[in-house]
Amino acid sequence: MSAATGQQAGGWRRTSALGFLVRGIVALRNVVLPIVAVIFGSRGADKAGLFVAAAIPAILIITFLSAYIRWRHFRYRIGEDDISVESGLLSRAARSVPYERIQDVSLEQALVPRLFGMVEVKFETGAGGKDEVKIAYVSEAEGAALRETVRARKDGEISPDAGEGGAVAEPEQAQALFAMDLPRLLTFGLFEFSLIVFAVLAGAAQQFDFLLPFEIWDPDAWGDLLAGPGDWLVHLGIAAQAIGIMLAAAVLGFVGLATGVARTALRDWDFRLEQTPKGLRRRRGLLTRTDVVMPLHRVQALKIATGIVRRHFGWHDLSVISLAQDAKSASHVVVPFGTMEEIAPVVATTGFTLPDDRTDWHRPSAKHRFDRALFSVAPMAVLGIGLAAFGYFWFAAGAGLAGAVLAFRQHFLWLHDRHAMDARQLYIRRGWLAPRLDIASRVKLQSVEVAQGPIARRRGYADLVFGLAGGSLAMHGIPLEDALAIRAAVLDSIAGVDFSRLPE
Amino acid sequence: MSDDAALTPLHPNYVKVLRIGWLLFTLPFVVAAGIAETAGLLPTGSFIVPVLLLGAFVLIRVPMRRYHARGYQMGQDRLRVVRGLLFRSDTVVPFGRVQHIDVNRGPLERIYGLSTLVLHTAGNHNASVSLPGLAESDAVAMREEIRAHVRRDSM
Repeated sequence: MSAATGQQAGGWRRTSALGFLVRGIVALRNVVLPIVAVIFGSRGADKAGLFVAAAIPAILIITFLSAYIRWRHFRYRIGEDDISVESGLLSRAARSVPYERIQDVSLEQALVPRLFGMVEVKFETGAGGKDEVKIAYVSEAEGAALRETVRARKDGEISPDAGEGGAVAEPEQAQALFAMDLPRLLTFGLFEFSLIVFAVLAGAAQQFDFLLPFEIWDPDAWGDLLAGPGDWLVHLGIAAQAIGIMLAAAVLGFVGLATGVARTALRDWDFRLEQTPKGLRRRRGLLTRTDVVMPLHRVQALKIATGIVRRHFGWHDLSVISLAQDAKSASHVVVPFGTMEEIAPVVATTGFTLPDDRTDWHRPSAKHRFDRALFSVAPMAVLGIGLAAFGYFWFAAGAGLAGAVLAFRQHFLWLHDRHAMDARQLYIRRGWLAPRLDIASRVKLQSVEVAQGPIARRRGYADLVFGLAGGSLAMHGIPLEDALAIRAAVLDSIAGVDFSRLPE
Repeated sequence: MSDDAALTPLHPNYVKVLRIGWLLFTLPFVVAAGIAETAGLLPTGSFIVPVLLLGAFVLIRVPMRRYHARGYQMGQDRLRVVRGLLFRSDTVVPFGRVQHIDVNRGPLERIYGLSTLVLHTAGNHNASVSLPGLAESDAVAMREEIRAHVRRDSM
């Protein structure tokens, strides 16, 4: 391995020496606030300059010193059947993870490490995300080699002795499956319209309102502003005010689109999906570039979703539901924004099939949707009658309208929800305006539950809920006999499968 | 294993365990009613009588009905667990999908010689399916049988 990796006795290694510098710089972000506090706090005090001049270097030295100590006392070892990590100065923590428990290895590069050519290696263990093992930071080459070594050891391809010396990282032959060019990225960004920036601004204004020159939350202050310097606004007349409102809407729209484009570009810049012998490899990101490999045999189910607007332009997204889905953040989107023609080959690669003309779709029980409609209308009806009794007829009409809309929604949901089963897979389509399709492999389901509430029992329908590793899967409100038949079929295919060929 | 086949009932002692659980639940209400009674706000018995009647009804009826609502069915290659009075749930776990098995014994259960069998699966839904109210020997025997399947299947 490289010289930067301090090789020690017993196969123990240190992370890259540059790593502590990177760690220190990353930690600086957390130090900015205390420094600001020091500067603010010392305003007006005697010898403020001297105090600041002493405090800031002290804070910096402590930051880098602790980064150094953490680096000095962190070591890891690629053992015969496990990977061990030791850390800590006073209280040492030692953890070892057997290779077969490691679900996946991912490399992550945030902005600062990227400038230094460093990566963070994460081992996903399926322990709920909190306790995942991280090695930060090592050089890019070292990270890739680590990943290859762990993968190879895990698969039992390489004997432990052959692993040393860096001869493991053989270049894999990769086949491109999906990539997003700039025009596609921009189109995607436009559909990701978001007004989150205003929420952030409002939050920031609330936090830092003491810095603003006026009382932002005080309506009287705004009134004074309008009456005083803003007086001309009131006297502009209807037309000018309408133009003003349109301008405001245009600004809002523009900011929303710009936010969407910026966020999408940051996340999905240079999106590339490849098929490698180890699985699907996804690389994306502008400032923080991530590199994730999803082993194909761990794919439990697929999810194809779309949006209310983008659906009409034929755009869909595809994600895999995988065993290694520890953290919520580890989203396994494999095609974020593509046409069905582009999604189909990726689906084929994962070994799943899309529903076709022969797929035998079934609807959920109409009674289920009728009962749901009744339940959504009833409160509105009570509200409407109450309002009418007190003479608020317009509000009562509004409540009635809302009830009607809710009832119609249930009708359309009934029209659009459906499920199907073939010899290998289950298909579940849900949603009216933005429908999503789940495709699950029958043999990879973990348990099957038939659940019925008091009304469902009386009316003869049930929810069929499947145990799916890394996700959820359910058919709601299907006739009881259908539920029992599907459950029997799924259980038989689980029991009938040759377990020696089924991974995990 | 068919869905119509009769379920194996749980050990009769499970009713007693449930009853003691409900007793502990109703006790605070009875005490509160007693205190309200001594305060003498309303005519004698207007607090304690309804609370005691309701408590007696709950103690006699609910554990019995709950007990009858529960059951299991041990198949060749799967375990079916049925539970719930109002919200019925009927779960089947294939042995081949069991990650690991626990046999738990709470203090009350230990007094009555009962155990709870817990099957853990990899699914997010029903990550652990528990079957309470089994005789200790039954629970251990079931665990051994399922474990034999798990070991064979994962080879």
